[in-house]
Amino acid sequence: MSAASDVIIVGGGLMGSSAALFLRGHGLSVTLLETDLIGRQASGTNFGNVRRQGRPIHQLPLANRAIAIWRQSRELLGADVEYLQSGHIRVCYRERPELVGSMEDYAAKAREEGLELELLSGNALRDKFPFFGPDVLAGSYSATDGHANPRLAAPAFARAAARLGAVIHENTKIVDAQKVGEDFIVTAVDGRTFRAPILLVTAGAWGNALSSQFGEPVPITPKGPNMSVTEPVPYGILPAIGVMTPIEEETVYFRQVARGNIVLGGSTRGPSFPDQYRAYVEPQNTLSQLKHIRRLAPSLGKLNIIRVWSGIEGYMPDSQPVMGPSATTSGLYYAFGFSGSGFQIGPGVGETMAEVIAKGATDIPIAPYRIERFATPT
Amino acid sequence: MVEPRIIPRVVIVGAGPAGTRAAEACVQAGVRPIVLDEGRRDGGQIYRRQPDNFTRPYAKLYGSEAGRAQALHETFDGLKGAVDYRPETLVWNIAGGHIWTASQTYADTLPFDALLLCTGATDRLMPVKGWQFAGSYSLGGAQVALKSQAVSIGHKVVFMGSGPLLYLVASQYVEAGANVVAVLDTAHYSARIKALPDLLAVPSVLWNGVALTMKLKRAGVAVHNGIKPLEIKGNADSGVSGVRFRTGAGAEQEIICDAVAMGHHLRPETQLADLARCAFAFDPGTRQWLPKRDGDGRSSVAGVYLAGDGAKILGARSAEASGRLAALAALGDLGLPVDKGEMASLRGDVGTYAKFARGLAKAFPWPSEQASQLPDDAILCRCEGVTAGDLRGVMRETGAKEANRAKAFSRVGMGRCQGRYCGLAAAELIAAEAGVPVEQVGRLRGQAPVKPLTIAIGEEQ
Repeated sequence: MSAASDVIIVGGGLMGSSAALFLRGHGLSVTLLETDLIGRQASGTNFGNVRRQGRPIHQLPLANRAIAIWRQSRELLGADVEYLQSGHIRVCYRERPELVGSMEDYAAKAREEGLELELLSGNALRDKFPFFGPDVLAGSYSATDGHANPRLAAPAFARAAARLGAVIHENTKIVDAQKVGEDFIVTAVDGRTFRAPILLVTAGAWGNALSSQFGEPVPITPKGPNMSVTEPVPYGILPAIGVMTPIEEETVYFRQVARGNIVLGGSTRGPSFPDQYRAYVEPQNTLSQLKHIRRLAPSLGKLNIIRVWSGIEGYMPDSQPVMGPSATTSGLYYAFGFSGSGFQIGPGVGETMAEVIAKGATDIPIAPYRIERFATPT
Repeated sequence: MVEPRIIPRVVIVGAGPAGTRAAEACVQAGVRPIVLDEGRRDGGQIYRRQPDNFTRPYAKLYGSEAGRAQALHETFDGLKGAVDYRPETLVWNIAGGHIWTASQTYADTLPFDALLLCTGATDRLMPVKGWQFAGSYSLGGAQVALKSQAVSIGHKVVFMGSGPLLYLVASQYVEAGANVVAVLDTAHYSARIKALPDLLAVPSVLWNGVALTMKLKRAGVAVHNGIKPLEIKGNADSGVSGVRFRTGAGAEQEIICDAVAMGHHLRPETQLADLARCAFAFDPGTRQWLPKRDGDGRSSVAGVYLAGDGAKILGARSAEASGRLAALAALGDLGLPVDKGEMASLRGDVGTYAKFARGLAKAFPWPSEQASQLPDDAILCRCEGVTAGDLRGVMRETGAKEANRAKAFSRVGMGRCQGRYCGLAAAELIAAEAGVPVEQVGRLRGQAPVKPLTIAIGEEQ
């Protein structure tokens, strides 16, 4: 006899946990299944940027929906996930002056979507934020972006969902999912089965394993973020900082948490191994990250890093997620493959997917993320 | 038989007793190993060498172990032309068959055919309320101050905890003329009697221990057994002012002091073995997770060998034997001729020391129950300032009962020591709160860098 509910969610990251919470808000019964523990991979190991600027313009309505949830997260979740609306700065370097034009274009389009950005020269930035190095040419400042603690966020959403009646099974690895009649039957490795007329796959880098069972394989690549953290130093850097550049190795970012530690991220991503449930930080990537951090903010060279980490993220070839209904199977929905950019929009994804499932439609544009874009012509 | 490489690349991490004997075995086999060591001088912790311009004699520095210390140092001095010795070098990561090192801002990457991890040990600590105050040291830290810089950690020093190091460091302080006001041992004297059959495996070391106790008593130092630490008194401005404890008879007592050295024997430094992806297993005798190895020191990873207290706490004498044995195993695996008879004899020595170590564990048991009895306002993780109550609160709120999960939610073990000093106690507290055996709590995953790494690394290559 399998456990029955209105919706089964496979994958207990930020997407699945927030979807569970908002589905309960629509009055649907929810079973959330997680292979390991809630929010341990991409959702728990990312940089923690709650950043709208730099996202594709078509994604800003979703990001705006998410920011509203982040702002009320303390009340919504009954927990502090260390969300701070302390600003975000994206900078470019002297050898790429053309990026200033790109920043200006982006700011004009973002304004139409309700995101105000202020462009600052390198010198104006250094006056305000003396840690910027001499190579910084210009920057785009978003006062209403910020950051939060990824280790805490997804588990807090899951606990809030559980308080509202969602049933959460951790340590439940799913090995099979199929539609039998009107219901999906989902089977765990230990033989337990779960049944529901609606199935939402929020399985991150493991998403393809499930979508393939419904004839919708997608070209997802597992990678891992390259993260480091310093010892705590007096709190003084409010905004999160990132570099805009076409070169992956130069793409570094940092933020300081109220406790004082500075979290460093970016440069080359590492490999990750979904089958072994492990991701490793490549030492050469740590060294390249620190080199590019020194260029961005030379004074950080005086500090030590005390820990590095990574996790399993799923990347799509176009860096856009798979989000929306299945093209082959009614009652089946996807939200995975967020390509290293899912944290900020996560709660918005959960609320939007809950709306799509409960009401059949949403005003948020999600067409760019449909799974059919990867369908092979037959 | 494996064809030997023309020049096998052997890397030894650590220049203490195990590392020195491993290097010696390599040189004798015609191999020039690279010896990486964090210290400024060789010798490791127990045989730590004083700075060049200090002139205290061996007998003064190492007591009963003076002969062994001197022999080890002379061996290393004699190897210097034959090994590639790199002091003050941190191995901060191991990946892809390479070792990643840092020496100030200089970064290097070394490939290896055989890697011998002789990484030594640090104190096993049980938090006590007030242990964050200035003047509170580990036994090892107190010993470093004395051996390296010839200074005492305070004017009135209390030694508290358990294990052989408690008596050794206290007597070294007495010998150096420091004012030792008390030795407070959590172990009951009766435990030592019960452990005698195992301790008799190495009578000379047992006798050394007895002599240390007698020396303390002759010096008029109060020695209390079976105590329970209650609090290190003091404040954030002026540091330690006293120690409050319950005597074996159950009375509460307070001793005025300005410094405390504490510890409960040692724990191996296993992070490099973890980064090298060696398999670990729970050791019920010490209640610690230890890297698996065979009788010769082979880890679960081909080419990675483990020796000395960095693999399991068996003491300095055992470290010399296991360092040599692991090196011979590595050289043999590389296809070089090794003396099988000597290896068998070394295995026998290591086995004898293992019996003695079991005796020590019985004589000076780890007081695991003290972790669960820590008051809520006692700091558990000093790096991150997390109290026992904070951790209990996080467990109640989130249901976390696995070591890494509790760390993620509470920050326990997330600071610059990466849980090397609080991790074992935190695991005991989690186990007690969750009502599960401590092995079920798991172990904190090792994460690079093993010690803090400067962001300026690689700046001037």
